[in-house]
Amino acid sequence: MTELSLHRGISIHRIGAMILRYWYLLLSSWPRLLELLYWPALQVITWGFIQYYIAQNASFFARAGGTLIGAVILWDILFRGQLGFSISFLEEMWARNLGNLMMSPLKPIEFLLSLTVMSLIRLAIGIVPMTLLALFLFHFNVYALGLPLIAFFCNLIFTSWSVGIFVSGLVLRHGLGAESIVWTLMFAIMPLACIYYPVSVLPVWLQYVAWALPPTYVFEGMRALLSENSFRIDLMLEALAINAVLLVASFWAFLALLRSAKKHGSLLSAGE
Amino acid sequence: MTENDKASSRPTVAEHVSSAAIAVEHLVKVYKQTLAVDDISFSLPRGSITGLLGGNGAGKTTTIAMIMGLVLPTSGRVEVLGHRMPEESAAVLGRMNFESPYVDMPMRLTVRQNLTIFGKLYAVNHLADRIAKLADDLDLSDFIDRANGKLSAGQKTRVALAKALINQPELLLLDEPTASLDPDTADWVRGHLERYRRDNNATILLASHNMLEVERLCDRVIIMKRGRIEDDDTPEAIMARYNRTTLEEVFLDVARGRVNGAKEAAR
Repeated sequence: MTELSLHRGISIHRIGAMILRYWYLLLSSWPRLLELLYWPALQVITWGFIQYYIAQNASFFARAGGTLIGAVILWDILFRGQLGFSISFLEEMWARNLGNLMMSPLKPIEFLLSLTVMSLIRLAIGIVPMTLLALFLFHFNVYALGLPLIAFFCNLIFTSWSVGIFVSGLVLRHGLGAESIVWTLMFAIMPLACIYYPVSVLPVWLQYVAWALPPTYVFEGMRALLSENSFRIDLMLEALAINAVLLVASFWAFLALLRSAKKHGSLLSAGE
Repeated sequence: MTENDKASSRPTVAEHVSSAAIAVEHLVKVYKQTLAVDDISFSLPRGSITGLLGGNGAGKTTTIAMIMGLVLPTSGRVEVLGHRMPEESAAVLGRMNFESPYVDMPMRLTVRQNLTIFGKLYAVNHLADRIAKLADDLDLSDFIDRANGKLSAGQKTRVALAKALINQPELLLLDEPTASLDPDTADWVRGHLERYRRDNNATILLASHNMLEVERLCDRVIIMKRGRIEDDDTPEAIMARYNRTTLEEVFLDVARGRVNGAKEAAR
């Protein structure tokens, strides 16, 4: 894999080969497949009942029905999108297969693109049943959000890929000793992304930090849609612009970390 | 033919380097305070099998990793099949392959699935036929649809070799290809490598601790110690120089610092 050649000759066949690899992997273990469904289902059931209880006791939640459960579903798109990306990457580290891939004609951009496709596939396996549970158990139809849902989804998945690319680079450079970052980094974003509360709740100085994160715009946009029935396209465009910067920056960071890994010989000892 | 004609038909240094399968010039690798490879140079002609010998920490794996582009040199130059590594690796990675104890084939996938994926990564034409041929050549047919993790060490090694040969590489880099194999399987793997080199005029660079293997397979041996090249010649010439009858004895002389004494005794 060479970083210098990434701008030319991207091969759909090589990307397809990697997707096939992860697809085989997914089908080879039913417990892992079940795990993709298990946690999102648990989340939506727990938060669905909380939403149900609060709605009976708080006027805002009664008015903006589904705010909490909608936030849970969108948060899961963000979180599981990143996990779907990163776990496919970690599979290569766990299998000690990274050297084989690095020595093959596969390019970094092709590797990352295959991970983004797998993140969508893994996300679909977990999220679609989750949304159906929300519909049948709590009468919250996330698909009724219509076109805004596409804007929310795109912005969240782009952020999840940026985080996924960046943490994959860290693991590439520092080995599996850095694996915990994969599981925890998104939680650092959680309080600032204002998933369950408006940005105005934060201290003013922290609001500046929150507005630097694309998910904040999505969750604000979702609340505006559910409580005021207004789609804030301005928020979506701002999030999209920040996402574009984050994607480029994370890709650049990945290449820099890959180069650093080659410099320090980390690819030869890609364990702990 | 005049002397001038002869001179003009002789390859220049630059042509020699570009016609070599691997050309390494003044290669140095420093990890923090550790000098892993210390200013080594060598060139391997196409179609040759060369053994890279040395004790643990001699710099063999780092040298091979720099040739593959997995480790960046601190200084020096590596050319593979006429292309600079790692800058032009895209031009050669499809024409070379490797096997190393530092990497595994994915355990949960079957042998056929693994070979299919690597075949696609290397854009192998008529992939199903190629896999069938490798399965036949390397005797994989009995377990080709079994998960790699459920294979014995010998079977895994044959699968790793099949992966290394999937694209019919012009250059094959092998790091301990027969480590942890029983003598029968190891002998069988060596035989296959010999046939592959002969049939494809492939170049093989082999790092090994098995001196019998090196004596049998290699036309040339490079002995490394503490990151430097200690000796570089045919196995016969090296054994004669050290007044030894086996490479194992030479290896021990080098490893235990008896180099000068042995060479002088030979004189």
